Amino acid sequence: MAIKRAQLKQQKQDALAARQPVLSMPEGGEWITAARKDAAGRLDAMGLPIRRDEYWKYTRPDAFTSAAPEAAALADDAGAQVFEGVDVLTVVFRDGAFDADASDALALDGVEISRLADAAQADIHWAKDIYGALETAGQDPVERPLAALNTAYATDGLVIRATGAAAKPIHVVYERSSDTSDVVLHHVIKVEEGASVTLLETGAAGARANTVTEVTVADTAAFHHVRSQGRDQERQLLTHMFARLGSESTFKSFTLTPNGKMTRNECIMELTGDDAIAHVAGALMADGKDVHQDDTIFITHDAVNCESRQVFKKVLSNGATGVFQGKILVKQGAQKTDGYQISQSLLLDEDSQFLAKPELEIYADDVACSHGSTSGAIDEDALYYLRARGIPHRKAQDLMVLAFLAEAVDEIESEELREAILRRIRLWLDLEDDL
Amino acid sequence: MLEIKNLHVKLEDEDKQILKGLDLTVETGKVHAIMGPNGSGKSTLSYVLSGRDGYEVTEGSATMDGFDLLEAETEERAAEGLFLAFQYPVEIPGVSNMTFLRTALNAQRKARGEEEMSATDFLKMVREKAKTLKIDGDMLKRPVNMGFSGGEKKRNEILQMAVLEPKMCILDETDSGLDVDAMKLVSDGVNALRSEGRSFLVITHYQRLLDHIVPDVVHIMANGRIIKTGGPELALEVEKNGYADLLAENA
Repeated sequence: MAIKRAQLKQQKQDALAARQPVLSMPEGGEWITAARKDAAGRLDAMGLPIRRDEYWKYTRPDAFTSAAPEAAALADDAGAQVFEGVDVLTVVFRDGAFDADASDALALDGVEISRLADAAQADIHWAKDIYGALETAGQDPVERPLAALNTAYATDGLVIRATGAAAKPIHVVYERSSDTSDVVLHHVIKVEEGASVTLLETGAAGARANTVTEVTVADTAAFHHVRSQGRDQERQLLTHMFARLGSESTFKSFTLTPNGKMTRNECIMELTGDDAIAHVAGALMADGKDVHQDDTIFITHDAVNCESRQVFKKVLSNGATGVFQGKILVKQGAQKTDGYQISQSLLLDEDSQFLAKPELEIYADDVACSHGSTSGAIDEDALYYLRARGIPHRKAQDLMVLAFLAEAVDEIESEELREAILRRIRLWLDLEDDL
Repeated sequence: MLEIKNLHVKLEDEDKQILKGLDLTVETGKVHAIMGPNGSGKSTLSYVLSGRDGYEVTEGSATMDGFDLLEAETEERAAEGLFLAFQYPVEIPGVSNMTFLRTALNAQRKARGEEEMSATDFLKMVREKAKTLKIDGDMLKRPVNMGFSGGEKKRNEILQMAVLEPKMCILDETDSGLDVDAMKLVSDGVNALRSEGRSFLVITHYQRLLDHIVPDVVHIMANGRIIKTGGPELALEVEKNGYADLLAENA
């Protein structure tokens, strides 16, 4: 056993040794340099994930740990305008580089917003208390070395501090024009007491991208997050969202993943104040044997009377793979916890697969937690019914796919954003707009 | 309109013959009724005509104005003007009734090489037709048949019929699960659609539906075949004496 552990440790170190030489720590002020060095130290101790890691059982980490990304051909509609018509503040990163010309001025009522690269030049900054701190906390009980790598080497990102109700959503648009770009971005968001802000993200950040977002939501504050990860067939994307929630705060995150060769979205949330609400949802449309998508969620309840909710829907076809690892940890004393988790897949053929690992770990005695996971084929009776009304087979199936995914999309609170995502799905399915 | 000749059908997965040489002709503009005891093959006939999976035609033919129904896909039959009102309408979560109707109508129009109907014209047309069937705006917005009562589901079937304007309508036990008021509403809906160019095949277990939708011709079906054909009085005879006598005659 000891030998095996030593072997694993060595393999993780070997993986890091292969990746590290191409990384260089950006220049910066005192606060961020300290945080970066701290992260690099943690990364050194952990090494990088390897295939035998239990946490990477269903998803090969190779795509994220190799020295250089696999070349990813540019997609035609990578920048499809999901939130067209929605009044937003637009911030564009192209292959990881801030695009000032394409971005709006970084000014918005109710919010302080700047680039991480700028904030990093200061010797001291409010982001100091968050940058790397939530990521560090999120390393226990499960190690997430690629998030530490991000903290150490991220080149840019946004730092956003909401002090009131943000006048409009902040829309981060990820464009890419390179088939080899290797992007590491890190966002820090602080929602002050009673404040609220919505973050939108669209597109693929690079041929390969590793993004971390750290969010603290203070008492009675609200954070909403809606993203569409770009119908970009070959990009490889790893995201971490770390969130810490205060009393009576709200956190809601929704992700649409329309294809993409490799995607892993980790969401690590800690409910530290009473009566907090955390919802995380996702809809996947995966078509093709090269498509692999993974949602890995870890929610820690550490306060009384909190609610968490996970709703994940995956449509898989032509040999695609969907993964869901979702854990709810209820700490001692986190009484009256209401934890709900559902993950469902719709398998359109026998070549596709859905791998699910739902977990509950509960140390309080007065909680209501439930989880469910299902995997099924399309309802043949419904298909026949639609076809008997003249709807061609393919379209009938698409209608049912939309209906299936809509249950996850419904988790988005804003009707305008919900409709924007549904429009995106309809566009993909070539369905008409709803009346 | 509908011409069925010597139709033999078995279940695909087991060696069980259901239709055993069925002959039936429904003339254009006429209403025919098929009555028969449980297990006589009435519903199978409707499924085979609309193209449901699980059945195998071993012999015979079925055409609609010369169009070979049995060779066509389910959706092609619908676009050609065949409509089956289901005995058990299917619930489809997440698809609004309105979207369903519009997608169906436009798919049929497209298949026939006609122009799609604009959203405005469509809404106006559906609302008018829904009104006469007492289907309110809420039912139109709700997912197809979700949470609908038995009567609402059947009314929804008739609404689909009214919107799609098929030329051959098959009603499979549309009276099942209906109370008197709902039966009246559904029958009125069907009667309003009766026209010179449209034919109906009303499949029912009981005579009472035929009080409301008065047929031109009544067929008695048993053991996979039509065993007797007559006028509306034949339905009354069945109501009075049951099927036993007729079955005995043909034994």
